[in-house]
Amino acid sequence: MMHFMLLFSRQGKLRLQKWYTATAERDKKKMVRELMQIVLARKPKMCSFLEWRDLKIVYKRYASLYFCCAIEEQDNELITLEVIHRFVELLDKYFGSVCELDIIFNFEKAYFILDEFLMGGEIQDTSKKSVLKAIEQADLLQEEDESPRSVLEEMGLA
Amino acid sequence: MALKIVKGSIDRMFDKNLQDLVRGIRNHKEDEAKYISTCIDEIKQELKQDNIAVKANAVCKLTYLQMLGYDVSWAAFNIVEVMSSSKFTYKRIGYLAASQCFHESTDVIMLTTNQIRKDLSSPNQYDTGVALTGLSCFVTPDLARDLANDIMTLMSHTKPYIRKKAVLIMYKVFLKYPESLRPAFPRLKEKLEDPDPGVQSAAVNVICELARRNPKNYLSLAPLFFKLMTSSTNNWVLIKIIKLFGALTPLEPRLGKKLIEPLTNLIHSTSAMSLLYECVNTVYIDVNTPPLPSLSLSLCLYLSLPPQLCVQKLRILIEDSDQNLKYLGLLAMSKILKTHPKSVQSHKDLILQCLDDKDESIRLRALDLLYGMVSKKNLMEIVKKLMLHVDKAEGTTYRDELLTKIIDICSQSNYQYITNFEWYISILVELTRLEGTRHGHLIASQMLDVAIRVKAIRGFAVAQMATLLDNAHLLTGNMQRMGICEVLYAAAWICGEFSEHLENPMQTLEAMLRPKVATLPGHIQAVYVQNAAKLFATVLKSQEGNTDSTAAQETSQLMIDRLPLFVQSANLEVQERASCILQLVKYIQKLQQKDVEVAEEVSALFAGELNPVAPKAQKKVPVPEGLDLDSWINEPPSESESEDEQPKAIFAKEEPKHSRPRREEVDEKELAKRREARKQEQANNPFYIKASPSSQKVYQEAPGVEHIPVVQIDLSVPLKVPGLPMSDQYVKLEEERRQKERAEKKKKEKKKRKEKRSGRGKKHDSGPESEEDITPAHQVDIVTEEMPEKSSKHKKKKQKKEKEEKEKKKKKKHHHHHHHSDGGGEEAVQNGTVEEEEPLPVSVFFCFLPLTKVYDIQGNLQDGSQVVVSVIFENKCDSFLKSMEFNVLDSLNSKLQRPEGSGPHDGLTVPFQLPPGVSNEARFVFTVQSIIMPQKLKGTLTFIVKDSSTHEKLDFKLHFTCTSYLITTPCYSDAFAKLLESGDLKCSSVRLEGVNMPFHHLLARICFHHHFSVVERIDSCASMYSRSIQGHHVCLLVKVSAQTVSIDAKCDEPTLLGNVLDEIKQTFSQC
Repeated sequence: MMHFMLLFSRQGKLRLQKWYTATAERDKKKMVRELMQIVLARKPKMCSFLEWRDLKIVYKRYASLYFCCAIEEQDNELITLEVIHRFVELLDKYFGSVCELDIIFNFEKAYFILDEFLMGGEIQDTSKKSVLKAIEQADLLQEEDESPRSVLEEMGLA
Repeated sequence: MALKIVKGSIDRMFDKNLQDLVRGIRNHKEDEAKYISTCIDEIKQELKQDNIAVKANAVCKLTYLQMLGYDVSWAAFNIVEVMSSSKFTYKRIGYLAASQCFHESTDVIMLTTNQIRKDLSSPNQYDTGVALTGLSCFVTPDLARDLANDIMTLMSHTKPYIRKKAVLIMYKVFLKYPESLRPAFPRLKEKLEDPDPGVQSAAVNVICELARRNPKNYLSLAPLFFKLMTSSTNNWVLIKIIKLFGALTPLEPRLGKKLIEPLTNLIHSTSAMSLLYECVNTVYIDVNTPPLPSLSLSLCLYLSLPPQLCVQKLRILIEDSDQNLKYLGLLAMSKILKTHPKSVQSHKDLILQCLDDKDESIRLRALDLLYGMVSKKNLMEIVKKLMLHVDKAEGTTYRDELLTKIIDICSQSNYQYITNFEWYISILVELTRLEGTRHGHLIASQMLDVAIRVKAIRGFAVAQMATLLDNAHLLTGNMQRMGICEVLYAAAWICGEFSEHLENPMQTLEAMLRPKVATLPGHIQAVYVQNAAKLFATVLKSQEGNTDSTAAQETSQLMIDRLPLFVQSANLEVQERASCILQLVKYIQKLQQKDVEVAEEVSALFAGELNPVAPKAQKKVPVPEGLDLDSWINEPPSESESEDEQPKAIFAKEEPKHSRPRREEVDEKELAKRREARKQEQANNPFYIKASPSSQKVYQEAPGVEHIPVVQIDLSVPLKVPGLPMSDQYVKLEEERRQKERAEKKKKEKKKRKEKRSGRGKKHDSGPESEEDITPAHQVDIVTEEMPEKSSKHKKKKQKKEKEEKEKKKKKKHHHHHHHSDGGGEEAVQNGTVEEEEPLPVSVFFCFLPLTKVYDIQGNLQDGSQVVVSVIFENKCDSFLKSMEFNVLDSLNSKLQRPEGSGPHDGLTVPFQLPPGVSNEARFVFTVQSIIMPQKLKGTLTFIVKDSSTHEKLDFKLHFTCTSYLITTPCYSDAFAKLLESGDLKCSSVRLEGVNMPFHHLLARICFHHHFSVVERIDSCASMYSRSIQGHHVCLLVKVSAQTVSIDAKCDEPTLLGNVLDEIKQTFSQC
């Protein structure tokens, strides 16, 4: 089971964090800081895995962003790399060639996508299509919600 | 009101949205903290408004700030508000915020239960989805308990989207509220065969995680998973299944046989590296780790897959240009190494190549592997390669790592692989040339260790050390090298202690007294001074033999000239030693001037050898009898006592009185016994080498001293003599130890029963003794102490009686039926194929618990006349049970469904056998005509106890309660209202007195035990709904006031209703 997923920039700015195990806020901060340091210090040619505390860290860099997952001892590193890659693909499909700014400005969307893809640290759906479909549908629902509520309408003028 | 809305909307236009906030933060790089604190103030204002849109926007911003590391726990209540919005847009944001910010100690979580329940049963699947996702992040034990039933219902939702989420979240619920596992399990199992692949994979995920924690309970699923494994093409799912089998196989070795073929196929055919890696990795899981410590064999043995196949595949991974594959290949290789060192060793070349890799983490992995790969043959070659790398290595961390690895490799298991210690000493000396290493201390301790323990090497070692001392300036050249100067400590000590081996002691003495020495750390100087004195003694001895006495006098003069430098040292130790020795030398010089021969006497100062003492030796000194270390030697002075008396008492009288006689109290017998025990221990401990009798005499003068386990260097068994491979000695020691163990074991065997797994038993026989039998850490401990010995046949009868007695006792206690038999029938088990339901070996006896808890009756949704009874057979005893037949006396109303062609009184075969301590579940289908009355069915279970081959019978009753005909069905409040309005329902009510539990517990209980779902809850009043398998609606209105619960109920079938209410009443009367 995945313990957490972090997205951070090359400058060490956290862009996304999702924790699948209950962790105290203080520990989270400490772990994030520690991990960022370790991962950012690694050279580009190094492999994507490292052992850290009693977890295995799998990370991958896409453009300026590091995607970093912590998995348990028995978990499969390669499949975790695929999870990361799949998530990136999903983001890419959703935003249309995603960049760091997309994730910064639409961070809640990025979370929604992640939540449709992974749940409780496990892969929810192995099909890209069905994840994207779920997101689209939910977004549609959101727009329905919003469209009739124009400001004028709320003011009772429409 | 209208004005308020207008005002809210206008405000909203001027509020910052998330984008503005992010932009703002980016524009205020200099004073980010200040900017954010103003933002938080704004957000606080926004949260005070009534407009939910404004609130949601504020919460969204807070979630962003939370990610940046700001504390937003103060807004928890507002998050709950946004969660409960009826608009999906806001609900989504609310749940996201909650999932990011809430944790178990967030107290407002308590308030969310009903909201979540409402969302879970929302007609909109995305509401449900969002609630499930959120819940998965912050589920608490309370939430899990209250919502378990709702989520369980969702597992059978019509939409796969909801089903898969519900299945996944069940895992979290199980973790927080384990009681939910049992009722939910049948449904979870069903989901393994769900038509939707997403749901299926979710179920595989959950069961795989569960099985990892407790594989035993999931053995019965093996056939199902086997089917999935051979049919699935989804790699994600396959990986999980293989992992699951990795957990199951150690419990059921014969599973392995079945797995060989599909696994080999996968290994050969798959193009997905992740899957290949999983296969190889699982196959080689070291089963030595929990849950079953007794199984030290690798899975590979069970599978009898040739390890070469996997190693070959791994070789491909390692040779790949992808760093990741290379790394994982090495990682997997190190796992195989533990069980199959031979097959890995042949790939030494490849692993040595990896030392050249540009990725440090790969090099470190390769180093780890090398550690396990060395043998006497290849040690020198490998170390040579490593030394080359040491020279090339950039960066001190990696080089230090190399250095420690070299030392680890060489010194592992007491220098087991070193055949030539001269070589090792030279390696150590070479290592001292490393620049900037931190491990000088490590090298020094190795030098000391080898020089002390390997007697034959001393001459060589001393020569090398003398060179080191001579060139000490190279080591102490610059400050960066301070770490390495530690080796001088070892060098000085070795040269001094074994000075008789020195070729030119005078030169070494001179080197040790150079002024430069004063720049070394104090503890090293102290050793220098002390050993200079030893050297001095040796030099004197050689010089006095000559006729020319001036040489000896010159030596003394040299000491007198140089020592004052150390007398001035700031280090106390150095100063003290130097002053002592200086005075001594001055005195010697006086004697020399009178032409007195002093060399003999001076060397007598340092006569005898120093012995290595184990670091923990002090612990082994037994406390003499009668000595209580905690009691006061002198009573602490009372306050009133005058101060002057105390010192007298302590120093003059009390001490000798107390300590002396006590030592003598230990009587001779006891001493002899202890000595014997100690010798025994030493003989078996490689660190201790047997003491020669002569050396012990020295100590015997002082009573009690011989308790100190001092190791004599003067050994009958030297640690190592070059040429004679020292491991021989360890083989001997090991042999002795094993013999002892064997003897002990025999004694214990009377109490213990040996595990008899036929499949593995055979393999053990091939060797003289399997590892399991030898290593205490791997004790076969499937067996608990009460279990009688069964391995030897002639003991059978006696034990039988004992056992029967035991059983009788148990019978009284548990009212369980049981039987026993002896563990014969090995042949049958061994030949038994795993084709059917994996009969498990190891016999024991059986308990069927005719209690409601062991069976669960569930209505079948598809067919209104079918009820499924899941019976859990639990075997609590020590006999193996087989050929179980389940039979029920049919009534007019209920009939057991039997396969076609069998008569109405035939029993059904239970599709498994039961080893001890194992429980398994079987399901039986009953046809029921009327469901409005509860009923009891009588039945019998017959079974054969292994090898006694008698049929045993066990009677039981099945209670079909009316509740079991109810199926949890969600109902929306509008539909519920319509139902009540329709007027078709009959009314009935019941009052429960003295129910003392929180209302939500009460509801949870009704939901859980009686398959209801909550439609609506307002304060201490709730409406609930359920449906029978034949479509009867059952509606409840539960109210609570003080300790009285009143339940008004409506149902279209009054008899059913009456019975259900009775059952509910009973549930609460039990608590």
